[in-house]
Amino acid sequence: MKTLTNVIEVKGLKKAYGDNKVLRGVDFTVQKGTMLALLGPNGAGKTTTVRILSTLLRHDAGTVTIAGHDVKAQADQVRSVIGLTGQSAALDELLTGRENLEMMGRLYRLTKRSAKARAQELLEQFDLVKAAERPAKTYSGGMRRRLDLAVSLIAAPPIIFLDEPTTGLDPRSRLAMWDIIKRLMADGTTILLTTQYLEEADQLADKIVVIDGGKVIAEGTATQLKSKVGKDRLQLTFKDAAAHTKAKQALAKLRTDADDATQSVSIVINDTNKDVKKVLDVLDAAKVTIASMAVHKPTLDDVFLSLTGKTGKKATKEGK
Amino acid sequence: MAVKLEFVERPRIIMAVLDSWTMIKRSSTHILRNTDQLLGTFFQPIMFLILFATVFGGAIEQSLPQGVSYLNFLMAGIIVQTVAFGSTTTAIAICNDLQKGIIDRFRSLPMSNLAVLNGHVISDLLRNGISTVVMIVTGLIIGFRPSASLLDWVAIVGLLLLFTFSFSWLAAVVGVLAKSVEAVQWLTFVIIFPLTFASSAFVDPTSMPAGLRAFAENQPITQIIEAVRALLLGIPIGNHAWLSIMWSLIILVFGVVMTSILFRRRSAS
Repeated sequence: MKTLTNVIEVKGLKKAYGDNKVLRGVDFTVQKGTMLALLGPNGAGKTTTVRILSTLLRHDAGTVTIAGHDVKAQADQVRSVIGLTGQSAALDELLTGRENLEMMGRLYRLTKRSAKARAQELLEQFDLVKAAERPAKTYSGGMRRRLDLAVSLIAAPPIIFLDEPTTGLDPRSRLAMWDIIKRLMADGTTILLTTQYLEEADQLADKIVVIDGGKVIAEGTATQLKSKVGKDRLQLTFKDAAAHTKAKQALAKLRTDADDATQSVSIVINDTNKDVKKVLDVLDAAKVTIASMAVHKPTLDDVFLSLTGKTGKKATKEGK
Repeated sequence: MAVKLEFVERPRIIMAVLDSWTMIKRSSTHILRNTDQLLGTFFQPIMFLILFATVFGGAIEQSLPQGVSYLNFLMAGIIVQTVAFGSTTTAIAICNDLQKGIIDRFRSLPMSNLAVLNGHVISDLLRNGISTVVMIVTGLIIGFRPSASLLDWVAIVGLLLLFTFSFSWLAAVVGVLAKSVEAVQWLTFVIIFPLTFASSAFVDPTSMPAGLRAFAENQPITQIIEAVRALLLGIPIGNHAWLSIMWSLIILVFGVVMTSILFRRRSAS
């Protein structure tokens, strides 16, 4: 028997609403037990992709297989191996947290006993035991997202779709969500995550696919994507204008960018050890005191900027 | 994961029934938790019954056959009217589900799609049942004196259940079609209000203008009202029972087929 390493395979995926071409031929694969982040601004086609992969929407062209099942022809088989956490929490507001979990468990075909036991387990794991008997409408934003994710895990599906799971959450809830997602990954779950937060993709994903305007514009690991953009930079800040000017003169031979407003200088470095030492030697010889120093790795923001000509943040705003 | 998961494996049709049962429990819990709506379920029928009986009673009683009290005449009409208006709740519940993320969750599960609708329609029988019992008890307190035998009561319950069930499916069509809860409210209002008033619910249609009278005497709501009234008061039932069953079945088939088609289309977009 052939081992199925690509559990999600998307080839030439196209979807249009009338004249509005949302997806113009998207290809990617996700290997078993890994996480792929679909990164892009609002309106890039992320949610449409997830809706097609989770059988909610039928595509116009291309093929999509999930665990070897075609999403169009074998929707029921696909549904029994996936869990979906969408952007708007898909909870029953009037039911309690526990009732939500048990109901979805039954609909996933769990036996009554399994549904009850698993609901209790998830409530404990997701820190919702105290709120378990309260209607979901009384939950805070972070709690709702946690319950929503717990619900999609009730039958422990091997494949999970997370559509912008942290959008709109405060930083603390976001970190809690990341912890949960990391635990899922440790359990060997295959995850497709969509996000407009570059940092999120960077933190969590094994592989990143950047989409914009319904097309894949780049893919690779975070490191690969960053190395496409540029090298590490050493950022130096000085305590006053005099020191800044002196430093600029001393470092003129190196590749530098100076910013008078912040009294800083940034230098491209190839080899961290050697280059940093050289800069420090030069400044030492010129008797310039450094106020602060940091090595900057290129961020995915830089990647996004160089790929789309827009920053991630700006693109997000335009989409809204 | 410590819990070992066991799955139910049964033929498709049995799974569909189990799914519907899960959804009936969900919708019934909604009815019991939604306290505002539950209060309405209790007090609206009481208010309607007392208002109609006391405001119109004196004026209308004179046009009724000798010895028939307006309260006795009114009872069947007001029960059917309440049940018909009660179906609005089915429409609202379905419309609400379709507008929220939860419908996507249901559709991404390996469950029977129509179970969501079954849940709302069947649990509405429960709510309408509560309304009807409240109304009959109130009626008995203020002087309603039915002469129905036990067998008649069984027939009344059966006819009303069938009518409620089919009317809820008709309301389900509205729930699936409407784009908002507000739309559901006015749509059901413009359908149900004329249907229940241009009937024999509150007055004998013989006093109506010819065209309206022809409509009022033959439309489906009148058939069920006349059948229930005849059984309650022990007057000859004629063919009203059969006509009301026939109409209920026609409405039921129309409602189920239309809702299924529209639901699939709507929830897939």
